[in-house]
Amino acid sequence: MSRPRTLRIDRITCTGQGLCAELLPELIALDEWGYPVLKDRTVPDRLRTHARRAVAACPRLALHSDRGRP
Amino acid sequence: MNSSATARLTTRHLAAAPGAPRLLADWYATGRPAALADHLGRHGPPPVAAAVGGRGSMPLVEAVEAAGLSGRGGAGFPTARKLRAVAERRGRAVVVVNAMESEPASRKDQFLLHVAPHLVLDGAVLAAAAVGADTVHVCLPRDRSAQYRRLSAALDERRRARVDRVRLRLHALPHAYVSSESTSLVRWLNGGPARPQGSPPRTHERGVGRRPTLVNNAETLAHLALIARHGPDWFRREGTPDEPGTTLVTVSGAVAAPGVLEVALGTPLATVLDHAQGPAQPLRALLLGGFAGTWLPAAHQDTPLTRRDLAPLGAAPGAGVLIAVAGPVCGLTETARMLAYLAAHSARQCGPCHLGLPAVADDFAALAAGRADPGLLSRLRRRTGLLADRGACRHPDGAARLVASALHTFPDDVGHHLTRGACPAAHQPPRIPVPPATPPERWR
Ligand code: SF4
Ligand code: SF4
Repeated sequence: MSRPRTLRIDRITCTGQGLCAELLPELIALDEWGYPVLKDRTVPDRLRTHARRAVAACPRLALHSDRGRP
Repeated sequence: MNSSATARLTTRHLAAAPGAPRLLADWYATGRPAALADHLGRHGPPPVAAAVGGRGSMPLVEAVEAAGLSGRGGAGFPTARKLRAVAERRGRAVVVVNAMESEPASRKDQFLLHVAPHLVLDGAVLAAAAVGADTVHVCLPRDRSAQYRRLSAALDERRRARVDRVRLRLHALPHAYVSSESTSLVRWLNGGPARPQGSPPRTHERGVGRRPTLVNNAETLAHLALIARHGPDWFRREGTPDEPGTTLVTVSGAVAAPGVLEVALGTPLATVLDHAQGPAQPLRALLLGGFAGTWLPAAHQDTPLTRRDLAPLGAAPGAGVLIAVAGPVCGLTETARMLAYLAAHSARQCGPCHLGLPAVADDFAALAAGRADPGLLSRLRRRTGLLADRGACRHPDGAARLVASALHTFPDDVGHHLTRGACPAAHQPPRIPVPPATPPERWR
């Protein structure tokens, strides 16, 4: 079994309107102002690659996928 | 709040000391603030040598752990865990005394620092010895100039008497609701704005000057100073087995004698109100924890003041703020005013707080004014649900708690305002004093 990963958003650097929700709609939605809402912080194994892509695509480096559980 | 307001809130209590006071014992005995000589005469010098750890032993940390002391600043985190986390890091640590007390309805830290400044400072110095710190920073809000003068005199007294081996420095910070957040203090001490920082890095790992940093509330440190002298068993003689000790509370609102009291944890809320000579009219509700706290229906007034008993109600002892409302009062109007203040005091760094909090405050104001559109209640609930856990600090979480608990505690008011417009009590003068809902002028 692989180590679990947890999503974290640095709320101060995040500017909203994000790509993250587009790349990882299973876990991230946007609120009415375009800021991300984490539906689930734990990244299931099958979404690992998508999560990695979303983290890499965040222009503000605000989205993180940390090792370990929340 | 200015010091005359503090005095007004507190001095009446000379005659009505409930239970066995500890932090306020000298004050009840003498009726005047303890100067250094009074303090040393009564308590002796802080037992610093016994607090210093070495070779795997941390005597003071262990005593605090056995005592079961938890933070009195609001979050209620176990104090020993914090001490240990800092003590275990390599490098010289720093201690920060959080005396910002930005909650508008709280006076307990101001009062404690007024009547027993040396107890708090002893605690800071002892904590410094326990975690290996050479500097203590005491942080106050800038607009409490009388408090600043008194405390600087207290520090001078200690310096002249050569009480301490660590450096003690006093700082006056911008006064905003969120500048009392521990990361705000660290950020300001590092030359930045007094705004929350978010983590990581965590303060205990890399705080002031990138050093391991312990931030503790003023009252917490005063308890620690007494534990260092009298030990954990003594500390546990008050309170409950799970939540031992006493705690300071600020009681205000519909009571005859508002003020700061020291009560054992586990004291029923109604007993705390009795000590403040109780409500003159039948109690309607209690606001526990202040502006970022929780409304409780009067039916819960017998709940003991502990985290364990309050958790099922969505409440917590927090920083010990208890506001009683009685008689004809509109819970929604009172709440709307507090929310407007909280929204104005967002540090405007995080979208969900910067945009979400004012939106919630506006919705709530419309409800309070009896101007609700048909979609309001569901929109308000949805937006409130999106506040918690979406900021770099807990500011939006507190506001969400206030909203949710108001809707739950005042269902009749909600019904009236939705269907028939504002209730008659909505036009009464405000019961809970709220500072102007204007954004802080400065963060630095
Ligand atoms: S992509 Fe990054 S900056 Fe944009 S909304 Fe997502 S987390 Fe925020
Ligand atoms: S959550 Fe609000 S108050 Fe806290 S740091 Fe973010 S913007 Fe500031």
